[in-house]
Amino acid sequence: MTQREYSESTDRIVQTQPVVVKRYITFTRVNHWFTALCFIVLMLSGFALFHPALFGLTALFGGGQNARWLHPFVGVALSISFLGMFLQLAHLNILRREDLVWTRHIGDVVSGNEERLPELGKYNFGQKLVFWGMFWLILVLLISGVAMWIQYFPELVSIETRRIAILVHSIAAVLIVLVFILHIFAAFWTQGTISAMTRGTVTGGWSWRHHRKWLRELARRQRTKPAE
Amino acid sequence: MTNSWTDIKNTDLVIVMGGNAAEAHPCGFKWVTEAKHHRGAKLIVVDPRFTRTASVSDYYAPIRPGTDITFLMGMIRWMIENDKVQWSYVKAFTNASFLVKEEFGWSDGLFTGYDEEKRDYDRSSWEYQLGEDGFALTDPTLQHPRCVWNLLKAHVDAYTPEMVERVCGTPKERFLKIAEMIGECSSPTKTMTSMYALGWTQHSKGSQNIRGMAMLQLILGNIGVPGGGMNALRGHSNIQGLTDIGLMSNLIPGYLNIPTEKEPDWETYMKSRQFKPLLPGQTSYWQNYSKFMVSFQKSMWGDAATAENDWAYHYLPKLDVPAYDMLRMFELMDQGKVNLYFCQGFNPLLALSNRGKNTSALSKLKLLVVMDPLQTETARFWENHGAFNDVDPSAIQTEVIELPTSCFAEDEGALVNSGRWLQWHWAAAEPPGQAKHDTWIMAQIFLRVRELYAAEGGAFPDPILNLTWPYADPSTPMPDELAREMNGTALADVTDPADPTKVLTAAGKQVKSFAELRDDGSTACGCWIYSGCFNEDGNNMARRDNSDPSGLGVHSNWAWSWPLNRRTLYNRASADLDGKPWDPERALLSWNGERWEGFDVPDIAPTAKPGEVMPFIMNPEGVSRLFSRGMMRDGPFPTHMEPFESPVQNVFNDRMRGNPVARMFESDAATLGTSDEFPFVATSYRLTEHFHYWTKHNKVNAAMQPEFFVEISEELAAEKGIQRGGKVRVWSKRGEVWAKALVTKRIKPLTCDGKTVHVVGIPLHWGFVGAAKKGWGPNSLTPAVGDANIETPEFKAFLVNIEPATGEALA
Amino acid sequence: MTMAPDLDSPRTAVANPPVQPMESNLGQGDVVRSSAGGPVAENPRDLTDVAKLIDVSKCIGCKACQTACVEWNDTHPEIGINVGIYENPLDLTPEMYTLMRFTEYDNPDTGDFEWLIRKDGCMHCVDPGCLKACPAPGAIVQYSNGIVDFISENCIGCGYCISGCPFDIPRLSPTQHVVKKCTLCSDRVAVGQGPACAKACPTQAITFGTKDDMTALAAERIEDLKSRGYDNAGLYDPQGVGGTHVMYVLHHADKPSLYSGLPDDPKISDVVEGWKGPTKPVGIAAVGLAAVGAAAMALFTRSRVTPQDEAEATELVQEEMRGSGQPDDRGTV
Repeated sequence: MTQREYSESTDRIVQTQPVVVKRYITFTRVNHWFTALCFIVLMLSGFALFHPALFGLTALFGGGQNARWLHPFVGVALSISFLGMFLQLAHLNILRREDLVWTRHIGDVVSGNEERLPELGKYNFGQKLVFWGMFWLILVLLISGVAMWIQYFPELVSIETRRIAILVHSIAAVLIVLVFILHIFAAFWTQGTISAMTRGTVTGGWSWRHHRKWLRELARRQRTKPAE
Repeated sequence: MTNSWTDIKNTDLVIVMGGNAAEAHPCGFKWVTEAKHHRGAKLIVVDPRFTRTASVSDYYAPIRPGTDITFLMGMIRWMIENDKVQWSYVKAFTNASFLVKEEFGWSDGLFTGYDEEKRDYDRSSWEYQLGEDGFALTDPTLQHPRCVWNLLKAHVDAYTPEMVERVCGTPKERFLKIAEMIGECSSPTKTMTSMYALGWTQHSKGSQNIRGMAMLQLILGNIGVPGGGMNALRGHSNIQGLTDIGLMSNLIPGYLNIPTEKEPDWETYMKSRQFKPLLPGQTSYWQNYSKFMVSFQKSMWGDAATAENDWAYHYLPKLDVPAYDMLRMFELMDQGKVNLYFCQGFNPLLALSNRGKNTSALSKLKLLVVMDPLQTETARFWENHGAFNDVDPSAIQTEVIELPTSCFAEDEGALVNSGRWLQWHWAAAEPPGQAKHDTWIMAQIFLRVRELYAAEGGAFPDPILNLTWPYADPSTPMPDELAREMNGTALADVTDPADPTKVLTAAGKQVKSFAELRDDGSTACGCWIYSGCFNEDGNNMARRDNSDPSGLGVHSNWAWSWPLNRRTLYNRASADLDGKPWDPERALLSWNGERWEGFDVPDIAPTAKPGEVMPFIMNPEGVSRLFSRGMMRDGPFPTHMEPFESPVQNVFNDRMRGNPVARMFESDAATLGTSDEFPFVATSYRLTEHFHYWTKHNKVNAAMQPEFFVEISEELAAEKGIQRGGKVRVWSKRGEVWAKALVTKRIKPLTCDGKTVHVVGIPLHWGFVGAAKKGWGPNSLTPAVGDANIETPEFKAFLVNIEPATGEALA
Repeated sequence: MTMAPDLDSPRTAVANPPVQPMESNLGQGDVVRSSAGGPVAENPRDLTDVAKLIDVSKCIGCKACQTACVEWNDTHPEIGINVGIYENPLDLTPEMYTLMRFTEYDNPDTGDFEWLIRKDGCMHCVDPGCLKACPAPGAIVQYSNGIVDFISENCIGCGYCISGCPFDIPRLSPTQHVVKKCTLCSDRVAVGQGPACAKACPTQAITFGTKDDMTALAAERIEDLKSRGYDNAGLYDPQGVGGTHVMYVLHHADKPSLYSGLPDDPKISDVVEGWKGPTKPVGIAAVGLAAVGAAAMALFTRSRVTPQDEAEATELVQEEMRGSGQPDDRGTV
């Protein structure tokens, strides 16, 4: 059995003619979409409280009071959900030397000249950026959010600290929405990506083009032993 | 109050000593702020604690509880030494020039005539020298060594500023600064007002505390003048009314006396009361005593009171002791000599000193009737509330009946304020549930008792059967009916003594005032000092015209003030010997050559000539008294006496404990502690957030001050290891309480006679019923000893010990 | 003096207010500022500025104001405990809009002890930090007479106003989920009455009237205090928040913080200004631009997977799987 360095144990080539690769198991996909749902609720309710022009968004939740109480609870739900994602995905998102090369050739990524890039494992630097961006920003949002959660933690921090927390929360929220946009954009822009989170599989061509080292490792892992 | 609340705005200097006006009388205190704001008046506070009154004062000095006489005598000494005396006033309007008997003297803290056995004075030497004509001898030059002025000078000589510091713990420089401020008010155009309350009365020599300040005020010429006076701030909204209508055991309405056993007949009774003037030409208004007394008897018994039967004098009970004050009542109760106790609007379990004794006494009753709008601890004295009321109900056989009454907002009538204003008010609500007006309840009891007497006779049914009961509905005397009765009625035509053909008030009409009362049975009057409150002009107490042409806060057409709608007592003294106001800026009255005129009702006959008739018409001397003769049991001058429980000995006589003539029951004497065992001085007081034991029932007041605490200095807290907000146990020889510790800079240790004295402040207001947290009152700790003259218990100075509390006595 | 109903606000709480019924005379038509872009009156009446003056030198700390506030606003502060101080409740709460605060102070200049007592509560800033921080349109309004009022129906209970306030005044009700504070008795002022606290104050330490009258009264008081040796007596009407409609006469106006931490120089925190200032537009702009940019780019360009890629993949997979069993005709492994 080949050593597993760029793939999850559950990743596997499910079909060779044409090649179809299992990228995410059902649990991960449910986890992802739950997180995404939370994120959208948070984004909408958060925007409503962030800028008066968007206060109308509270109507989606049945008014400002609902948006106000829902937001922090969903925030906690997202944090827990994301923790699940994190535990599953973190180790393959650790930055590697090739990520640096990839970053230097970001122009080639955009222009489609990926043959000039090093072969990549399951995630490229862009995806890792989204992952770690989400991670750190969620952490910041969680901590600052709890500090702001005056219903349940009125005495947790001083007013001065809470002011900073609110500012930090707003800035982090803007940043995480930017990351979110990047995430969606990348998913759409890179044809063949979305199926990874819908059906759980990607095509061989997509894998060959974007994550060849991953594909190679999966194929090697599925090499039948001579004794058989 | 000699003056009125509204008059305080006329003052230049307010001294709050023996009281805490801002906290206990916040609404009246507005007139102090008014004087400060609009007159630039200064405020001095002398108190063991830096109170909320002190927080708005210009100058504060601490004092050891129970040493006020020393402070005040020191003040008088300083005034005399520094010539801060209103000489014209002192010479003309006080008894400074009167000669005192040769035998009178003072030594070792005692006046002449002391009998240690009887714990009483033979007061015969405390008297003026009388001439052969029966008038007092005087020396208007004040040179005679036996004149009051020189005796006073000698008497106060010991009270140097150093002595004040030694006894009171008041730093000398603070005392001197206050002396200078007060001294300025000896000017005829500057006045000081004294505002005091139970901080002075609740001592074994409370009356002498007040005497001390009254004397100082006389020396400064501040009695009877706008912005001056002796202003007793009454502690309940109608406690002035209570004393006025004679709810004291030795009084009948209008400060007339219940006879004693030594006065078995009318003649003997009257003989000692119609005081003849002690100087020629003086009014000596009590000469009219018989008019008030006969009118009272007529009001009580109508046709049954006749000249032939001495106005039914034999109906009146005769006291076998000076008074059945509450200390005596509870002593008798505790001895098992009382079967039935009616407790109306009173919560003695917490209000009377030595709670342990109160519980024991109430437990020996057969029947206790409690009439109160609120649940009281007294009504539940038999109920176990853990440490808060640790009794065994099974061991108490007293039957308790509670009769719920209406509260002030649910009934109609007049409340008499500290300034003697009778202010009529109307019911704002119906009494809730089964609550009934007190008058209704008492009428029911009376009618049934009368029925029993009518049916069964009994030893002496006449006073009950013949009692006047003229109410339209006998079961419900109405407030206006009662008020009209107190005002008085002409039973026959009242005529002018100078012209008998002239009818002043026709038979059946309300008398105009007590000037129309007669001692021939032609008038009836329930309370002579209230006469005029509800006459043919209508209900004068209900008047609501707040106009004030004087600008001095006289407000003559607002409600009605006793006596005769007079707003400032002794107001004749606001003008000099010629009848000209001392201060033209504050002219209350002046003599126009023929009569007195001005804004207030003159406290003298309107045509009494200024040089001849002196202002203090109730005194046979016609003048005020710096030397009070034998009128008080404990001395004609105030002299320093330690509290019964004191950390130091009397500097004049180390054998003397407390007030040498204060009455003390043997059982109570055994419960006095000493400073070895109880090193700290405690004092009790109210907090502004509450009213007595009432407002703890109110959730809002309870939220403002929810829990029992004691106040101590940072130094004492450090010494005893007590934390702010921690629990402490405070105990005296008589009991113990647990409280939260309020550690404060506002109480500082004092140095008295070389000894550090710590003060422990113990507010009242907590008990075991109501909305506030359960707690104790100071009476768990206080001694059962009263003032020598009026038996007010010594709540303001006693000894305790304190320690951090362990265990969970606090709920 | 009684007030004619057509006056815009009572002149003083000391005067006897009108007793005849009166229509509410303060409302939406007088709103000049409203939180989060809430509705303001188009042509608001130009009401005279009102103010409550709290003269700490007349205040006796009796808590009548607290009691009156509870009674008028029908709040229910809990019966708490004593923790060794005079304050009760221990702090402002959603049920207690005003609070006497007590400070024991040894004055080093005079050597005298002073007990400084201050009635704490909403200052009704000209530039209210609460209103600035509030995200709910119309939850916090400012009337043209200067009163800053919380409109509970519009409040969403987020508590941002608590962070916005430079005086630490608003309190969130954990049961009603709205934030509460002193309204300057806008409902009483609307019918010609002064605030309940001023009405109840026995010593007239609290007075209410036009801001000009109150400033003049304060000047009189300050002169009196100076004559009594308080050289630094002065009016607290902090300009950092544009002035306030609740003002203090202080004996030590040079050191407001002596009075239980009254801010020496209050202003809306820079952090709050930053949050409600640049962060909002910049953040919205950044998100908007990013979203539009990404959409545009996604619309016009696309990273596509070609059949060539699929072939390469098949080749790679077969190569790497070499020596293994043949995949079936559907390629299922």
